[in-house]
Amino acid sequence: MKTSFALRGVEFKNRVLVASGTFGYGDEVTDLVDVNRLGGVITKSLSLKPRPGNPPRRITETACGMLNSIGLANIGVREFIDKKLPYLRTLETVVLVNIAASSVQEYCDVLKALEDEEGVDGYEINVSCPNVKEGGLTFGTDSRMTRQITEKLRPLTDKPLIVKLTPNVTHISEFARAVAEAGADAVSLINTVLGMAVDIWKKKPKLSTVTGGLSGPAIKPIALAKVYEVAQSVTIPIIGLGGISSWEDAVEFLLVGATAVQVGTLNYVNPAGTLAIIDGIAGYAGQMGVQDVGELVGKLDAQLEFSPLHSWL
Amino acid sequence: MKDRIQEFARVETQTEIAEGIYSLRFRSGAIASRARPGQFVNVLLRDGHAPLLRRPFSISSVSGETVTLVYNIIGRGTRMMATKRPGDDLDVLGPLGQPFRVDDSFRIAIIVAGGLGVAPFPYLTETLEQAGKTIRTYLGARTAAQVVTAGLRDVRLATDDGSAGYRGTVVALLEEDLRKDPGEGMKIFSCGPTPMMKALGVLAEREAIPCELSLEGDMACGIGLCQGCPVERRDGDKKYALVCVDGPTFRSSEINLP
Repeated sequence: MKTSFALRGVEFKNRVLVASGTFGYGDEVTDLVDVNRLGGVITKSLSLKPRPGNPPRRITETACGMLNSIGLANIGVREFIDKKLPYLRTLETVVLVNIAASSVQEYCDVLKALEDEEGVDGYEINVSCPNVKEGGLTFGTDSRMTRQITEKLRPLTDKPLIVKLTPNVTHISEFARAVAEAGADAVSLINTVLGMAVDIWKKKPKLSTVTGGLSGPAIKPIALAKVYEVAQSVTIPIIGLGGISSWEDAVEFLLVGATAVQVGTLNYVNPAGTLAIIDGIAGYAGQMGVQDVGELVGKLDAQLEFSPLHSWL
Repeated sequence: MKDRIQEFARVETQTEIAEGIYSLRFRSGAIASRARPGQFVNVLLRDGHAPLLRRPFSISSVSGETVTLVYNIIGRGTRMMATKRPGDDLDVLGPLGQPFRVDDSFRIAIIVAGGLGVAPFPYLTETLEQAGKTIRTYLGARTAAQVVTAGLRDVRLATDDGSAGYRGTVVALLEEDLRKDPGEGMKIFSCGPTPMMKALGVLAEREAIPCELSLEGDMACGIGLCQGCPVERRDGDKKYALVCVDGPTFRSSEINLP
């Protein structure tokens, strides 16, 4: 079974990556996961300078999901290069660095700092963090800004450039088109969905920043609809994410048009769960009689069928 | 050797040891052999997708290849924990976090526990005894029926309602004892509600007694991935430490409790 795919000449051994912010810098759980089996590792968002992140409370559980407001806590690009990259270089899988910034210039500066470092295989650009005041969503919900950031970054690198989109907009496909036209190699979607939870006894929001980003199985239907929408709209590859907890979930994303998927919140609960997803996709592809997992991409049969569905009983 | 293990462990016993307080023992040679006092395990208690996240529990004691957790029912996760029966599987990840530091030069260990904060101390007590330390335990509870003393030594009780021991907070009781006998070579180990540990930290600092606190945090993972459980550091260039991997045990002098 062929499981690999390529993006701008970089070969990924399979179509399952770990999502930014859910797998640290790749070196936190090497005792629990064989990292080399992953299709790729996407680092926690890096900014130019270290960021302490938001004050607690940063996390709360919701129905089949969780809200977070970490606030892009990260060690900064310098410490990343000195302390984390030497390990990441030894990995036999693709390493994508996720970049977050509060200005167009900062995005460029972080990318430039990484560009000549061995071990960085490509970039995912975070224009969609809902939990910081500057940057984040203000870029990701303005398609002109999203386009501009992509246009500025594109000439700075010949490595894969992926832009991560937020679902917190009316037409996500408009943003996907903008970054495709600006030269991005792929889009990844969705980032977390803006959400909120209230402690009714204290009459206070549960998160220190009032709102946060919702992730986990609760958002999977939203993510699928967004991936499906974007798949009708752009020809660049889509990396789908949002609540994937099983290989069946991952296959749904492939069928609606994702070339690859990312696994996020599951890493918190079951750090080795991604490996079962990788195996499960290959098993399903075999059952479907294809030789290449890529043959599943976009193979949704949108022909309506009115036979009763009993699976929910 | 792997530091941490995720496995399905078999539940050996499930017992109500005090009013609303339970003790669950599971078999995991891998976790038992790695666990140190003050560490915790993260347990997945699920029906379908809910609840989504693992629940952290202090390791209360270790015996041979078994590990005991002490808990009370405070929500969905612990309610499901209480339904586990001998022979059931328990999805456990651990041991996690930094243990209490027990090899410094103190002679007398002062253990201060509030409510279910008593959980990690039977294991610590055993370890300290083996190291030849003297142990005094200050135990605070709401009421006499919720007092758990198994595995503890030289217990001095304080209850909010005065139904057993000293009436008042456990920190006030310790303060009185220290006034009578300031002593030397002491070190405090504590776990309990934040206001209790805050008061204790102030007392320890005033009396210049080294003090380690075991904290709780809102953690999605327990393994350093989610960054959900920050606690403010007092100094250093990093603003926050993470309860899950830098703690849960901290020197009271290195952090600011919320």
